[in-house]
Amino acid sequence: MSHDHDHDHAEEGSPLTETELRVRALESLLVDKGLVDPAALDALIDTYETKVGPRNGARIVAHAWVDPAYKRRLLEEGTAAVAEFGFVGRQSEKLVVVENTPAVHNVIVCTLCSCYPWAVLGLPPVWYKSAPYRARAVIDPRGVLRELGVDVPEATEVRVWDSTAEVRYMVLPERPAGTERMTEDELAALVTRDAMIGVARVPAPPEGSRR
Amino acid sequence: MNGAHDLGGMHGFGPVEIERDEPVFHHAWERRAFALNLAAGFLGKWNIDMSRYAREQMPPAEYLATSYYEHWLYGLVKLLHETGLARGEELEARLAGRPDATAPVAGLRVLRAKDVEPALRKAGASRVEKELPARFRVGDRVLTRNIHPLGHTRLPRYARGRRGVVAQDHDVWVFPDASGIGQGDKPQHLYSVRFEARELWGPEASPRDTVYIDLWDDHMDPA
Repeated sequence: MSHDHDHDHAEEGSPLTETELRVRALESLLVDKGLVDPAALDALIDTYETKVGPRNGARIVAHAWVDPAYKRRLLEEGTAAVAEFGFVGRQSEKLVVVENTPAVHNVIVCTLCSCYPWAVLGLPPVWYKSAPYRARAVIDPRGVLRELGVDVPEATEVRVWDSTAEVRYMVLPERPAGTERMTEDELAALVTRDAMIGVARVPAPPEGSRR
Repeated sequence: MNGAHDLGGMHGFGPVEIERDEPVFHHAWERRAFALNLAAGFLGKWNIDMSRYAREQMPPAEYLATSYYEHWLYGLVKLLHETGLARGEELEARLAGRPDATAPVAGLRVLRAKDVEPALRKAGASRVEKELPARFRVGDRVLTRNIHPLGHTRLPRYARGRRGVVAQDHDVWVFPDASGIGQGDKPQHLYSVRFEARELWGPEASPRDTVYIDLWDDHMDPA
């Protein structure tokens, strides 16, 4: 996978690929037919590039860590609990939040397509939609987790959630040690997207910044 | 259908590679393909299950060789053609640089920029607010059906003919196996069903691990 961020080079001079040409032709056709409004397309893109993303989920997690009553509501009725933050909508008709503990490590996948809780995590990353993850998360979750740096003890249950319906899943990760006196905003900054999918732990803050 | 999309349990794809600081989109065309899919979906000519079924019908070798938004593009072109909103020939003509005279399609409610936020805040239309009897209760043992429909199904291959336990009742939802192929909503109860990893993958799997799958009444029988 390319790690450089010169992603749009083809649009800047070199010939357009067949796919690029096809998308352009399709957009012009649909616009001419009056079926789509280019301004609406821009607004859709802007929503998921700048407004809705994993910072939403991180705020939920941090709040659950500091407010036990909220955490209870979140685990019992996830959809309503995240709606308290205004996080509602597409690809989140019913949200179930599952808690990682020393006894259970939860991992989210969609083996059939790419179901993902858009309202709290935004659009899914490429690896989540890729064949390796969709194929292996259900048959070898411990192997996948180990490769990604998460060693789950033998005694812990690995619980994989295959999102085959319109129910969406999010992981409430374990709060790391050394964060007891951190504010909610500081905690939210620690929470990663991958921890809310269950393929990472929330890293403990470096020694100097523990509070 | 037993398509290339049904990936659970396959081998040989290599490691999961997480890209650090990944952008939401990697190419300008991905942005447009994504937005075109959503905007066209709001025309109301198909549902989310039909969208998935359209992508699943990409020939398997092609599906595995192409990227995610190429799957979306394939599905959208197929649905536009099938519904007659934009025929494949019209797209090909445009690609060949000889567009036909295009008349606007009348009578459709087109998504406008000001409608985007309220439209996205609507959760969806798959939940059915209806009291229907549930075939199963939490704690019931179930046996999933050994089905191989040519149409759409949300029962993955790796979980067919397997024994599980109902863990949660999600109430009544549209049944994608019917709605994805234009056979109506067929609303019924949806459940979270717990499977032991060993039931799915045999004795080599961890005795502690489990897989939870969301399945509908019509996917299962009492075990």
